[in-house]
Amino acid sequence: MGEVKVGHKSVLLSPSPHLSRRLNTQRVARYTMLLATTMSVIVTVGIVASLFPTAVRTMITIGTQIIGISWAPLFEPPEYGILPLFTGTIFIVAIAMLVAVPVGLAAAIFLSDYATFNLRRVVKPILEILAGIPTVVLGLFGLYVVNPLYVEKYWPIGEPLAYSALGAGFVTGILIVPIIASVADDALSAVPRAMREAAYALGATRREVASKVVFNAGLSGVVAALILAFARAFGETTIALMVAGSYPKFTANPGDPMMSLSAFIGFAGIGDAEVGSNAYNTIFLIGAILFLITLIFNIVGNRIIAKYREAYE
Amino acid sequence: MSQTISLKSRLSPRRTLIDGAFRFFLYLSIFISLGMIFWIVSSLWNEAGWLLSWDLLTNYPSYDIDNAGFQSPLVGSLWVVGIATLVALPTGLLTALYLEEFAGKGNKFSRLIELNIQNLAGVPAVVFGLIGLAFIVRGFVKWGFTVGSAAAVIAMLMLPVIIIVSREAIRAVPPSYREGALALGATPWQAVWRLVLPSAIPGTATGSILAVSRAIGESAPLLLLGALSFVTFNPTGLDSPFTIMPLTIFKYASDSREEFQILASAGSLILMAVLFILNLIAIILRDIATRKRNV
Repeated sequence: MGEVKVGHKSVLLSPSPHLSRRLNTQRVARYTMLLATTMSVIVTVGIVASLFPTAVRTMITIGTQIIGISWAPLFEPPEYGILPLFTGTIFIVAIAMLVAVPVGLAAAIFLSDYATFNLRRVVKPILEILAGIPTVVLGLFGLYVVNPLYVEKYWPIGEPLAYSALGAGFVTGILIVPIIASVADDALSAVPRAMREAAYALGATRREVASKVVFNAGLSGVVAALILAFARAFGETTIALMVAGSYPKFTANPGDPMMSLSAFIGFAGIGDAEVGSNAYNTIFLIGAILFLITLIFNIVGNRIIAKYREAYE
Repeated sequence: MSQTISLKSRLSPRRTLIDGAFRFFLYLSIFISLGMIFWIVSSLWNEAGWLLSWDLLTNYPSYDIDNAGFQSPLVGSLWVVGIATLVALPTGLLTALYLEEFAGKGNKFSRLIELNIQNLAGVPAVVFGLIGLAFIVRGFVKWGFTVGSAAAVIAMLMLPVIIIVSREAIRAVPPSYREGALALGATPWQAVWRLVLPSAIPGTATGSILAVSRAIGESAPLLLLGALSFVTFNPTGLDSPFTIMPLTIFKYASDSREEFQILASAGSLILMAVLFILNLIAIILRDIATRKRNV
């Protein structure tokens, strides 16, 4: 605005047409965007505010009974020993990781160092389709195929039943293969080209480059992939409920039915639990525990990813 | 005088063998992933392929297998996810625009929001059902077990995913677009609205379609919102009771009689077909987007 000297001439700079109107539009847009941004904060606050008051109150009434090996809060008299839910969850998640880690990591190494551009364009969608299979379909597969045709037939220990943690773990493993593959592939692909070329120049074979140089350089990202997949398996509800059943058995036999933390929420929450009832109180308690544990794993996983991004950018 | 030097080094047989084995293992893992899809789809198909017919789409859920179908859950899923998308997509897109273009990188506010969104994306789906139960079904809103409650919960679930994919798409727009517009006298908002946003649309669309297809397959949170019942009519509005595809499948599956297993498998095939079409659209869109960028 006003006059500006350019050499010995003076030039009149006037604001461009409709500037104030355009700036007003921008102001309105800015506030709208800010409002949208606060929505995500509101959701988080909502989660915390809905879970924790009920969870803490329930925890106080239960007290030390929570450390026990019998979980039956919906029965009379109720029992609140939470350990069976933890062993159930841990068994399912551990089996899932056992299935998914080798396949997922191999897929990631394949994508980052072995696949040609065109092969990548075929393999990525395959993993995406696998990632897109709804959990209820995976659950059905576990219930109708894995449990009766494999676990019941071939699992040697104990009396086989229609439900098993082994089947649930296997199917949950299918669910997290694509997560491990895609997050680890991102990490391995971020390793600078120069590192690969240096290794090739020293006479390393493709396997040595991929498994020793690239894999070690991208290790933090690979660990993050495993942590995020772990968190996903930990919170998976439908598969655990359909395949491992809804009986919280305290056992070390993976061929037995078990109940995971999240499966209990699905199980007890179906029946239109009344506010203040035992079912209502305990699902919020378990929900809070589930939320806290997955939160910790997610924070750690994401922090590792942020660190390696910083290192390579 | 010239001398020939052979640069071809010979690998020891052991290294060649291990390399070959490693390569085989990698291909095997891809083959296993593909095999899993095939295994799942083919076992569903063997169980229920013969049952597929248009009647299955037009009949309502029922315990009478000859007249059972999936019309109300299909329409219910459409309602719930449709409304959730209408809410979550603009909200997520605006949040992404704000964080990428206006909030300023690295300050405390945007870092906090970023952290929040990342962690929200990792919250187990069933927990969103709990917040729905506490605040929307009962609590402040008292909406009951309705389409509206379910859509609100699914929208919350979709929001962080849409924000994350939109931000990636926006980040991929070259800075020169903005700079060009600003140099011509556009306000930052005009540059964003007329240039950045249109260029980011293919990427955003791809990510959003994947978020939508994830939402269609989501079952856990709506277990808590009363969707696990036979609803033999289509929803008529936000206050209607409803059921959805995944939970109707769940319901059939929890009955141990053979014919209901078949029905559940048939429902799964229908659901997978819908999701497959959505995924295909997303993949094609992304192909178009990357080709454009590479030209």
